[in-house]
Amino acid sequence: MMDLIGHIGLGLETALTLTNLLYCLAGVFVGTLIGVLPGLGPTATIAMLLPLTFGLPSASALIMLAGIYYGSQYGGSTTAILLNLPGEASSVVTVLDGYQMARAGKAGAALSAAAIASFVAGTLATILIALFAPPLAEVALRFGPAEYFSLMVFGLVAAIVLAQGSLLHAFGMVTIGLLLGLLGTDTNSGVARFTFDLPELADGISFVIVAMGIFGLGEILRNLENESGEDVTVSKVTSLLLTREEWKRIALPILRGTALGSVLGILPGSGSILGSFAAYSLEKKVSKNGSEFGKGAIEGVAAPEAANNAGAQTSFIPMLTLGIPSNPVMALMIGAMIMQGIQPGPAVITEQPALFWGLIASMWIGNLFLIILNLPLIGLWVRLLRVPYPILYPVILTFCAIGIFSLNGSTFDLFLMPLFALFGYILIKLGCEPAPLLLGYIIGPMMEEYLRRALLLARGDGSVFITRPLSACLLGLALLTLIFVLLPSIRRKRDEALQEEG
Amino acid sequence: MILRIAGPKEFWAGMIYLAVGGCAILLARNYEMGTATRMGPAYFPTVLGWLLMGIGLLALARGIRVHGPAIGAIAFRPLIITIGATLLFAGTLRGLGLALALPVYVVLTSMASSRFRLQPTLILALVLTLFCSLVFIKGLNIPLPLLGSWVADFSGESGS
Repeated sequence: MMDLIGHIGLGLETALTLTNLLYCLAGVFVGTLIGVLPGLGPTATIAMLLPLTFGLPSASALIMLAGIYYGSQYGGSTTAILLNLPGEASSVVTVLDGYQMARAGKAGAALSAAAIASFVAGTLATILIALFAPPLAEVALRFGPAEYFSLMVFGLVAAIVLAQGSLLHAFGMVTIGLLLGLLGTDTNSGVARFTFDLPELADGISFVIVAMGIFGLGEILRNLENESGEDVTVSKVTSLLLTREEWKRIALPILRGTALGSVLGILPGSGSILGSFAAYSLEKKVSKNGSEFGKGAIEGVAAPEAANNAGAQTSFIPMLTLGIPSNPVMALMIGAMIMQGIQPGPAVITEQPALFWGLIASMWIGNLFLIILNLPLIGLWVRLLRVPYPILYPVILTFCAIGIFSLNGSTFDLFLMPLFALFGYILIKLGCEPAPLLLGYIIGPMMEEYLRRALLLARGDGSVFITRPLSACLLGLALLTLIFVLLPSIRRKRDEALQEEG
Repeated sequence: MILRIAGPKEFWAGMIYLAVGGCAILLARNYEMGTATRMGPAYFPTVLGWLLMGIGLLALARGIRVHGPAIGAIAFRPLIITIGATLLFAGTLRGLGLALALPVYVVLTSMASSRFRLQPTLILALVLTLFCSLVFIKGLNIPLPLLGSWVADFSGESGS
C-alpha cells in the first residue's frame, strides 16, 4: 500500500510538471479535435498525430499520445451523439440511445452522461492499472525467450479470434503483417531482407507509414466512396446539466460498465469495442427501464461509454507490462516507445519508473482535462462538425503527407504511403479487415528474435516450447482458444456478436 | 476455360495470400537458411511464407466452392485521384517546393469529391499553403524547401 502511494507520488511528480501538463492538455485537445471529425477513429488519429511527438522527451511524448488516444475516443462519442454517426467502432453502441436522446432535445444530457461516465471509468481503471501492472511485470521479468514467444503466439491468436470478420482472413492479415515487419536489415546477420536493394528500405518501413496509409488515407477513401452529397444535420445542444433523477439512473450502470470494460479491455484484439457492446446488452437486461433502450435511455449512453473508456485504459496493462500490444492503438504506442529508444517490456517499470508512473498519473489527469475541456468547448466541436467534408479531407491529407515527410525528411516515404493506402483499400474490398496486420507488423521482429533466442538456448530443440511449463500453458491456451472458437455453435455466436458491433 | 468462382472476395484474397507468401519464399532463397539452432535470415520468413500459402490455399478453395458476396463497386475516381495526387506531391515536393507543390496537391485531391467546387477549393489551397509554410517550415523547422530546386534553376536565383 505504501508502495502504491510512493509510486503515485512519483508519477504525479512527473505528470504535474508544467510542460507535461501542457503536453497532456494539448494531446487531449488535438485528440478530441481530430476524433470529433466523422470517420476518423483513434487508430487513424494517433497515426496522423504521431510525428508531432517525435521531438519531445520520451515521457512527454507518451503522455501526449495517451492524451490523444482518450481524446479521440471521447471525440468519437460526441460525433455519435450529435450526428448519428459512429466515428469509430466502439461508439457504435453509443449511437443507439445517444442520438435518440439528442432528437428528443436532450443532447446536452447525453453528452454530460458520456463525459461523466468516461471520467469515472477512467479514474477507476487507472487505479486498476496502478494495482495490477507491477505484479504482472514482476512475473513477466521471469519470462525467458520461450515464454515470450509463446505469449506472442497467444496474443496473436486471441487477437485473431476477437477480430471482426472472417477468422481465416484475420489469420492471413496477421501473417502478412509479420512478414512485412521483417522487411529491412536483419539484426542478427546484417542481411538486408526484402529491400530490393533500395537503401531507403534498409531500416525497414516505419510503422507510421503503414498505419497512416492503411488507416488514415484508407479511411478517407472509404468516406469519399460513401459521400452522401448533402451536409449532415447536427443536433442542437441544450442544457448540459443532469437532473437528480438522471444522476440516479446512471450511477450503477457506470460502475457495471467500468467493471465489464476493464476486464474485456485487457484481452488482446478487442480493445474497447467488446466492452461497450457487452455493457449495453447487460444494462438492457438488468435495468428497470429496459423498455426505453433504443429510444433514448440515458443508461444506454452511460454504461457503454464507461466500458469503452475503462477498456481503453486497461488495454495499457499488457502493453506496459509485457510489451505486447493488444490492439492497433497499443501497437502504435509500442512503435512510438521504440522510436523513443525505450524497449517496451516488463523492465520499463523498474528502469524508467518516472516514465511509467508518470504515464499512469497522466492518464487520470488526462481524463480530468477531458471533462473540463469538453463540456465548455462543446460549441466548438459542434461548429467543427458542420465543416463540409470536401473542405476537411484535403486538410487531413495535407497533414498526413507533411507528417510522413517529417519522419525522415525523405520523399521516398511519401511514395510508400499511397501504395499502402491502395493495398488497404483492396483488402477492405475483399472483406479483409486490416487491423490485425498492424499488430503482426509490430510484433514480427520481436517474435523472430525470441524464437531465435529460445532455440539457440535449447540447441535447436523445438520442444522447449512445451517442456517449459509456463510456455506450454500459454501455447495450450492459444490452442484451446482456437479450438473453442472453431466449434460450430460458438462460431455462430461470435459472428453474431461481432456483426452487431461493427 | 472459365472457372466458376462462387465467392470472388475469398478467391482474390486467397490469391493475395498466395502471391505474398510465394514472393516471401522466393526472395528468402537469396538469404541463408541456417539451422534451427542458429537461424539464418531466411528461416522465419520462409516459415511464414509457407503458412501464408497454406492460408491462401484455404481461402482459394473456399472461394471456389462456397458462395459469397460479389466484390463491391470500386470508386475509381477518388481512388485514382487521391493516390495519384499523393504520388505526384511526393515527386514534386523537392523540385517545386512546398509553396507550389502543396496548392497543386490540395486542388487535385479536392477533385476526388463528387461535391468539388472550384472557388472554395482555391481559397482552401491558399490558406492551407500559407498555414503550412508558417507552421512547418518557419515554426517547426521541418527541412522542407519553400521553393524547390526546379524553381531556383529556372529563375536563376539560389532558391530558399
